[in-house]
Amino acid sequence: MPAENLVEIGDLNFAYANRPILKGINMRFPRGKVVAIMGLSGCGKTTTLRLIGGALKATTGSVRVAGRELRELDADGLYEMRRKMGMLFQFGALFTDLSVYENVAFQMREHTDLPESMIRDLVMMKLHAVGLRGAHRMMPSELSGGMARRVALARAIALDPMLMMYDEPFAGLDPISLSVIGNLIRHLNDALGATSIVVTHDIQESLKIVDYVYFMADGVVVAEGTAEEIKASPLPFVHQFVWGEIDGPVSFHYPSPPYPKDLLLESRGRP
Amino acid sequence: MPHRKVGFGFRSIGSTVVNGVWRLGYASRFFLRTLLGSGMSFRRFNLTIREIYFSGVMSLIIILVSGLFVGMVLGLQGYETLQKYGSESALGTLVALSLVRELGPVLAALLFASRAGSAITAEIGLMKATEQLAAMEMMAVDPISRVVAPRFWAGVISMPLLAAMFSAIGVFGGYLVGVVLIGVDEGSFWSQMQAAVDFRQDIVNGVFKSIVFGVAVTAIALFEGYDAPPTAEGVSHATTRTVVTSALAILALDFILTAFMFRGV
Repeated sequence: MPAENLVEIGDLNFAYANRPILKGINMRFPRGKVVAIMGLSGCGKTTTLRLIGGALKATTGSVRVAGRELRELDADGLYEMRRKMGMLFQFGALFTDLSVYENVAFQMREHTDLPESMIRDLVMMKLHAVGLRGAHRMMPSELSGGMARRVALARAIALDPMLMMYDEPFAGLDPISLSVIGNLIRHLNDALGATSIVVTHDIQESLKIVDYVYFMADGVVVAEGTAEEIKASPLPFVHQFVWGEIDGPVSFHYPSPPYPKDLLLESRGRP
Repeated sequence: MPHRKVGFGFRSIGSTVVNGVWRLGYASRFFLRTLLGSGMSFRRFNLTIREIYFSGVMSLIIILVSGLFVGMVLGLQGYETLQKYGSESALGTLVALSLVRELGPVLAALLFASRAGSAITAEIGLMKATEQLAAMEMMAVDPISRVVAPRFWAGVISMPLLAAMFSAIGVFGGYLVGVVLIGVDEGSFWSQMQAAVDFRQDIVNGVFKSIVFGVAVTAIALFEGYDAPPTAEGVSHATTRTVVTSALAILALDFILTAFMFRGV
């Protein structure tokens, strides 16, 4: 594997029972870059992310992270690998019985023997990085959606991971929170020297911050390129997605019988 | 057409049986994983103590109030029956043996299943639905060791203590009604109780029962929560299943244990 790629996916197939989800996809995620995986709901984006995180095992094909094939790792090896990964879940997935401070300190307490004074300093640094140092005593139930996402981000970077994964980080956020999260993804990636994979459908915000984009549809990669290349793509599906057109290759209507038939007009003999 | 209905019926029965066996196997593996992942519950005992507070201490009020009323009813009913035979002085024996052998462990376990068991299922189910368990796995922390095992051991530790308190307050309730209200002789009440209740045969067996019930109720509650579909409806059904399955398990286990413990006595 070339040293510049932190994650490499080759001819990856994955199926739930007999339902194929991913059909021979190939992707590369270079070190230090922010790469987006985009596509419609159900196209296999999140499944790809879960395969990279080792939460699922590929049916065939390979997923290599830092030069190691994930399917060859045992449970301990996988946990060892995950200590170098961070993941931001769609709605934060904060531990609701722990305060903001304890959420961010969670991994430090679980995986290190750091003294309490150092844990406190590190937690405050992480919270400062996401602008929420003043909220460290709050409980997750007291946070807005945007704040919860930022705390979850601080928790995900607690141990300075080499790989950050974001599952729909922009979902359900107001415009200000959306920009804040977008900027944090970019700046934290550059500051940590990490590699980031962002699964999203938020085209406008993500194209501002990413270096490269993979477009998926029906379990295959249909397009890839830089943000500018994607914006200028002549492919009808990509064009419809980027510019949010109502009709195109992705039809407005779900496949259905003729409209008059459903309205029972034909049986009544009316036009 | 009838042969199609018969075929469908057989398929349906077969599918139910296969699903049941599969689920039983899954539950057994889950229980085994919980036992194997229990190291953290003892190394970091503060995690278990925290759960003892939520499962055990928070159940105290319902256990104590119920125990008091059950003891008082036993006092009333026992006196009513015993006085017909001129044996009202044996009221203490009746109250104590009923509570220590049967009612203490069984009723405390049923109350524990309703109060703490349902709470455990709902909590774990919601943690799953809100991806907290998945987040923990992604942080290289095993949810079985960190979340499930401490709750399991907290339940196993809490249950005999709650059953003992249920029985103790129940005896006090029987004393209140029998001695203070009705006027049974206080000396007979306590001395006959002391003479009739055997430490090994009655108390130790009662404690053993409550430990078994604690294992069963907590394991069921944890499994149902962990296995719940990650939706509001899924968590709701899992919580109901916890209470129903636990109640049936407690009563069935009680019969089996009683048959082994007290035959020939």
